[in-house]
Amino acid sequence: MTRIPAILLIVVLVILAPFFVYPVLLMTILVFVLFASSFNLLLGYAGLLCFGHAMFFGTSAYITGQFLKVTGSTLEFGLLAGVLVAAAMGLAVGVIAVRRSGIQFAMITFAIAQFVYFFLLQAEFTGGEDGMQQIPRSALFGVIDVSDHRAFYFVVLGATVLALALIYRIIHSPYGEILRAIRDNEERVESLGFRPERFKLVAMTLSAGIAGLAGGLKATVFQFATLTDVSWTVSGEVIFMTLLGGLGTLAGPAVGAGIVIFMNDELAQFGEWSLIAQGIILLLVILFFRRGVVGEIIAVLHKRRAGRSEGLTKGD
Amino acid sequence: MFDGISTQLLFSQLLIGLINGSFYAMLSMGLAIIFGLMNVVNFAHGAQYMLGAFVTWLLLDALGIPYWGALFIAPVVVAAFGLITERIVLKPLQDMDHLYSLLATYAVALIVEGLVRQQYGSTGLPYSTPIPGGINLGFMYLPWYRLWVVLFSLMVCVATWVLMEYTKLGAYLRAATEKPDIVESFGINVPRMITLTYAFGVGLAGLSGVLAAPVYQVSPSMGSTLMITIFAVVVIGGMGSIMGAVLTGYLLGIVEGLTKVFYPEAANMVIFVIMILALIFRPNGLFSGKERSL
Amino acid sequence: MTDHATGKVFAVDDLKAWYGESQALHGMNFDLGEGELVTLIGRNGAGKTTTLRSIMGIVKNRTGSIRFNGEDLINKRTFQIARAGIAYCPEERDIFSALTVSENLSLPPVLRPGGISDKDLLAQFPNLERRKGSMGTKLSGGEQQMLAIARILRTGSRFLLLDEPSEGLAPVVVKEIGQQLLKLKALGYTILLVEQNLRFAKSVADRHVLVENGRVVDVMTTDALEADMARVKSYLGV
Repeated sequence: MTRIPAILLIVVLVILAPFFVYPVLLMTILVFVLFASSFNLLLGYAGLLCFGHAMFFGTSAYITGQFLKVTGSTLEFGLLAGVLVAAAMGLAVGVIAVRRSGIQFAMITFAIAQFVYFFLLQAEFTGGEDGMQQIPRSALFGVIDVSDHRAFYFVVLGATVLALALIYRIIHSPYGEILRAIRDNEERVESLGFRPERFKLVAMTLSAGIAGLAGGLKATVFQFATLTDVSWTVSGEVIFMTLLGGLGTLAGPAVGAGIVIFMNDELAQFGEWSLIAQGIILLLVILFFRRGVVGEIIAVLHKRRAGRSEGLTKGD
Repeated sequence: MFDGISTQLLFSQLLIGLINGSFYAMLSMGLAIIFGLMNVVNFAHGAQYMLGAFVTWLLLDALGIPYWGALFIAPVVVAAFGLITERIVLKPLQDMDHLYSLLATYAVALIVEGLVRQQYGSTGLPYSTPIPGGINLGFMYLPWYRLWVVLFSLMVCVATWVLMEYTKLGAYLRAATEKPDIVESFGINVPRMITLTYAFGVGLAGLSGVLAAPVYQVSPSMGSTLMITIFAVVVIGGMGSIMGAVLTGYLLGIVEGLTKVFYPEAANMVIFVIMILALIFRPNGLFSGKERSL
Repeated sequence: MTDHATGKVFAVDDLKAWYGESQALHGMNFDLGEGELVTLIGRNGAGKTTTLRSIMGIVKNRTGSIRFNGEDLINKRTFQIARAGIAYCPEERDIFSALTVSENLSLPPVLRPGGISDKDLLAQFPNLERRKGSMGTKLSGGEQQMLAIARILRTGSRFLLLDEPSEGLAPVVVKEIGQQLLKLKALGYTILLVEQNLRFAKSVADRHVLVENGRVVDVMTTDALEADMARVKSYLGV
């Protein structure tokens, strides 16, 4: 029953936020919430560590940007183009990478992401080292003007909420059940007559598509796309966000993304210390708090609830 | 020789390929040994290689110890760093999902690279070659130091291979790679063996760093980009296969060099393309013979 | 050297063990005298193999006491337990596929004097001599079993834990293994043998520890076992 006021509070906060905080910072957080959630769908629910998730994010940023620049179309088509290309890429990478199990999946996706990086570095339309500039933020559906940051914030918010709802649906569907079963015991799922590869490929495609949506939004928020968006540092950052927030929880990646973006913003003036701090915190999370912020909170709540019900039965 | 391509260019690129291949071979060998015994993908391998180069530079800069001293000291220093890393970071994670140890070594890499960059900046530091000069072979100019790198790394690879295949210690390692519990039940201190093996693999990365210092610029990021290539090499060769890693390393270095001659735009991508092709056509690795390929 | 208090060289007391959350042993109690050959008998999943693995410390999550030569091994690591003088031959034989037969044979280090030399071992197991250069897992099941027993004899340990050496082997080979065990017994080795093959167990052992659901339900001499086969068979579920 305490849930409904909590949700209401969050809704009010999220709506009021852009009137108190710089909208671009908020949009950055939303973009990474989405990106980290897409990563979590793979690692947290399918057990696949994609150490090159930035390739979907960054490629989609370029594709969305290029589409908007060249065709002059409305915003939603630009985003759709980015999502479709990223999803197709996810499928292709999946086909190649699921050939090796477990930990090698991480190495292969890492290497393929580097390949994509070099490819985009040399492709002409990306602008190479300079990046792609002046991406138009066209009107949504051709009628809703989003050139104002605050207005655009609500578009990004809407897209994020929709995508998170989709992830929630996926996780709680029969398909999501099987995905988790594969994560926990692949042989067993196979012996039941399922083909784990197929499920993994679908997960890769969906996750890459959502990462692509994040990338496309990022390109339209900042109106530029750069090689950083495809680099392994961003791939690493999204892993950091997810683990810090709480792997395999719905809210975890969102919380992690919020903390990391905020931290980066604060630490930016200290140069290298931002990355060093990331490394140290990641190490501490892995060694001591593998459940992450949200996971630890859930664990504490569970323990308390279990303790209370135990007390009740003992009282009987 | 070939249309429009000078012999000079061809051979000098072949030499560069062979040099790069030497580093690929040494680094992927260490990675494969560590993976074989511990199932740990050592993401810090590149940072440890960079550390080897930096220790070499520091030894000269701060203590006046020249290259030949660094060749012995730096790998030991880096191996000691590996030993501590294993004890503090990897040992507590050894019974967890292997993804955690991978991510932990990634965190270590971030910390090491960040600290070095914080201290010494991003620009490369020069390290002059300990063997100046070279020989003109007619078709190309061969600097002595490059010859030394190729020969020395070849020697290291062969020595490691002999150690693994023909000594008692190697037999222990091969056996523990298969069934660590059983080897330990014979009274062998496997936990210590694991620590030392990790330190050895890390020391090899450090040694590669020493060799690299006079060839490439000593810079904080020299390891991270190289390591992605090394991953591809290990994936192509077949994980945990030491011979596979070495052979693939040399081979890909040369292929990369040749690509630079014939199709320079693709030079930094060719290894990844080969990896993708290898995964499609030889999913278990090129050299996954008797050694297991997980 | 035996424990003065009990006169037993080896004693397990209230041994409990867990695989993750699930408890596999619920308080095992049994002992062995010097030079004795004792079997652990019970159906699949009763906890026999787990008992051996717990003694060796391969199953790490365990409590109780494991006394050997008067020393408690419960807090020791696997390699320390081996060095205390216990040798273990696992159920799957666990021959190393990346090692040749002779590498497999000479892998265990000599831990104490009194181990059998490689030369004597090859004389005792002539099949292995002939196939020295082959890779370990190219051997037949029976040869692998011989190799698995032979290799632990070189360590010098006088207490052997053998997990179902007869499993999956032809009767002729089982007989040969039985003879080897009796030979070892005659040499004074103390042996704890996990078995499901009752006939084989009776032919070699002095006493039998009946295990069910991770507990010892009975201890019988071979004679008592002969006399009450119906009861034993009910435990074994045959």
